[in-house]
Amino acid sequence: MVEIKSTSHPSVPPAELEEVELYHATNFWTKYVFSQDAKIIAIQYSGVAIAVGLVALVLSSLIRLQLGFPEMFDFITPETYYQFVTMHGMIMVVYLLTALFLGGFGNYLIPLMIGARDMAFPYVNMLSFWIYFLAVLVLVTSFFVPGGPTGAGWTLYPPQAILSGTPGGKGLGIILMLLSLALFIVGFTMGGLNYVVTVLQMRTRGMTMMRLPLTVWGIFTATVLALLAFPALLVATVMMLFDRLLGTSFFMPSLVEFGDQLSYGGGSPILFQHLFWFFGHPEVYIVALPAFGIVSDLISTHARKNIFGYRMMVWAIVGIGALSFIVWAHHMYVSGMHPYFGFFFATTTLIIAVPTALKVYNWILTLWNGNIHLTTPMLFSLGFIVTFLNGGLTGLFLGNVIVDIPLSDTMFVVAHFHMVMGVAPILVIFGAIYHWYPKVTGRMLDERLGQIHFWVTFVGSYLIFFPMHYIGLVGVPRRYPELGDAAFIPDSVATLNSFISLAAFTVGIAQILFLYNLFRSLRKGQPSGHNPWRATTLEWQTAQTPPGHGNFGPELPLVYRWPYDYSVPGASEDFLAQNDPGPIAKGGSA
Amino acid sequence: MKTALALVVLVIGSVVFHLLSPWWWTPIATNWVFMDNMISLTFWITGFVYVVILLFVAYCVYKFRYREGRVAAYEPENHKLETWLTVVTSLGVAALLAPGLVVWFQFVTVPEAATEVEVVGQQWSWSFRLPGADGKLGTADNRLISDGNTLGINPEDPYGQDDIVIDGDDLHLAVGQPVKMLLRSVDVLHNFYVPEFRAKMDMVPGMITYFWMEPTRVGTYDVLCAELCGVGHGYMSGTVMIDTDEDYALWLSEQTTFVEMSANK
Repeated sequence: MVEIKSTSHPSVPPAELEEVELYHATNFWTKYVFSQDAKIIAIQYSGVAIAVGLVALVLSSLIRLQLGFPEMFDFITPETYYQFVTMHGMIMVVYLLTALFLGGFGNYLIPLMIGARDMAFPYVNMLSFWIYFLAVLVLVTSFFVPGGPTGAGWTLYPPQAILSGTPGGKGLGIILMLLSLALFIVGFTMGGLNYVVTVLQMRTRGMTMMRLPLTVWGIFTATVLALLAFPALLVATVMMLFDRLLGTSFFMPSLVEFGDQLSYGGGSPILFQHLFWFFGHPEVYIVALPAFGIVSDLISTHARKNIFGYRMMVWAIVGIGALSFIVWAHHMYVSGMHPYFGFFFATTTLIIAVPTALKVYNWILTLWNGNIHLTTPMLFSLGFIVTFLNGGLTGLFLGNVIVDIPLSDTMFVVAHFHMVMGVAPILVIFGAIYHWYPKVTGRMLDERLGQIHFWVTFVGSYLIFFPMHYIGLVGVPRRYPELGDAAFIPDSVATLNSFISLAAFTVGIAQILFLYNLFRSLRKGQPSGHNPWRATTLEWQTAQTPPGHGNFGPELPLVYRWPYDYSVPGASEDFLAQNDPGPIAKGGSA
Repeated sequence: MKTALALVVLVIGSVVFHLLSPWWWTPIATNWVFMDNMISLTFWITGFVYVVILLFVAYCVYKFRYREGRVAAYEPENHKLETWLTVVTSLGVAALLAPGLVVWFQFVTVPEAATEVEVVGQQWSWSFRLPGADGKLGTADNRLISDGNTLGINPEDPYGQDDIVIDGDDLHLAVGQPVKMLLRSVDVLHNFYVPEFRAKMDMVPGMITYFWMEPTRVGTYDVLCAELCGVGHGYMSGTVMIDTDEDYALWLSEQTTFVEMSANK
């Protein structure tokens, strides 16, 4: 496609390999449905993830209906309540957050940001999406089978997950859940290998690893984590399927169910928990690291200032990723595992707080002496800092084993993880959509609607989850459909619950504003031009907006500098694009 | 301006909510005051960090807001500042971890004087067993569970004969007497949870888990299940009473032993 040219510039190495010809779609089906173009696949991933996310949003409203106004709605029984809770959790963590960050943002941004024409393996990339789509279909099917979906909690702890006391335990519910997860993992593995190989192999000339935007570092590291963590979940799902369908006893000890001796024996429920959390804790960072990366880029761009401590940020991402594999049992302090594990896992968990705190410092130090444009993406980034800081600090309660003992399995935990891995990453997703929508569509999202959307979502979410910690402090356990009549729970908790529910409905309804903005701006949004935010990274430097097939013009961009040359002294503009050969700033050699 | 102000209001609002909150933990009824102290310490340290960082953000948002002609500073790194922040953060984290681990060591070290009490969970009720006059609990196994032996106590085990079985009734404990709570499950995971005790632990079928505590306050306390155990999870309630020594002795004298129960069947 392109002739190899040599350029003599100290920061761009000469080309070594010829470009490989891309797959060119010829008809509607191969172009838009079974597409092999990462940008189309990204939109497909995002569309499905957001659609299934809306299901999860409706489920959360149903949960809040019950908690805020117990016994008012006949269709919410303990059975359906547990089904709502389970499906809400599973959809949000796996099918929305993981899929949207990696499949959505990963596919769209990795090739564009590193200066590649597409992913390394476009065909496998297409398969990845379609298997994910199948996984979602299987998941949604479980709503319509007799007995309904599983109500085992998103952690699916055996033995209850596959017994008759749990909704969907003896029906198809749990089977479809496990099958869907297995499919998701297969699909993800195809996509994930692609993202890793693409970042390692296909960066354009001059794009060294230490010149990657932090968005790419976040998604790349998260993908590596996911490739290592998801197999543990796959093993657990397969074994549990065997326990359920074939009567094996991987996780099932000898037990008596409602007076009947079951034929299980010798298995270990705690083994499942170890496998689950060996996946489940890295999963937190699979969601968090892309959010860390993206928010770094949003803050830097909209504050017109280089990210503070880039190298520290990269090593913090890598360090957090590595540490995330040795903290999993802090989810199991009260599981009955050997008590001495508590010393180890509390120590590793609190150590991980250090690089995480450094990231927060660097975000706010980026604001210092900046020129802060309070655009919608910047507002969402600030909202992220607040909620992530809040959730991170309550993590210091729950990570410290002795403090976790009284708080574990209470609403404090629910408040903590929603703040830190629910609200915080979702605020980043919103900010990212407002930020990159102009590149994807060529039009701006409406700024006024965006600001209203931000304030209602941010303040509303804070009003939901901040007071919820205190319900947990009182001692109210999680996963209770109603408060019951325990003497230690004052009536005022019910009032607070009603208030939280009203805040939740407000936030839920506000998302209509977002969807309206998303669709309306497709046609009516202001044309954005190529680089409306005056950003430095390569995706904004494409010749076409939205970028055409192959992303860049006849020649791939050459990269001369790091991605954060904002407000460089002496430069004529307040940003220097990565492919701008102009004056080399100090950071350029980083 | 508006945004900076909103952040300040959020910080002040959070602190005021915390200070005025009527929602606070229940008065403690065991020796685990350290847990409450650790929560308080953590609140102080994290609350301080929260307020300082958010006020800093609010200040930046106000002070460095976009103005025509303003040029942001260009400062990629500052090693001194980064090192300094790393050290301070590590110290703060260590200040939380160290006392936490000391208390954890106490929590996992059961004193010699502790007497054993067994709690058995099943969907969706609690049963209890106390060692009889011999001070030892007999062995038990889910495989031995039958209509006449709901806890699966081994009838061959001499230690089990005088065990006191409390099935479908309240558990009583003597104030001031350290107890090792041995936890067992018949079917699925449960968690023996009394908020006033602070300590809790999962009950896992196929193994015996435990925690220890010393009841310090006479009273009646609700037992809840804190590990999802099926549709009845939210309704699996029970009662524990902490008695004075006299009341406890009186109550104990009215209980039936395993051997008496078996004879009645």
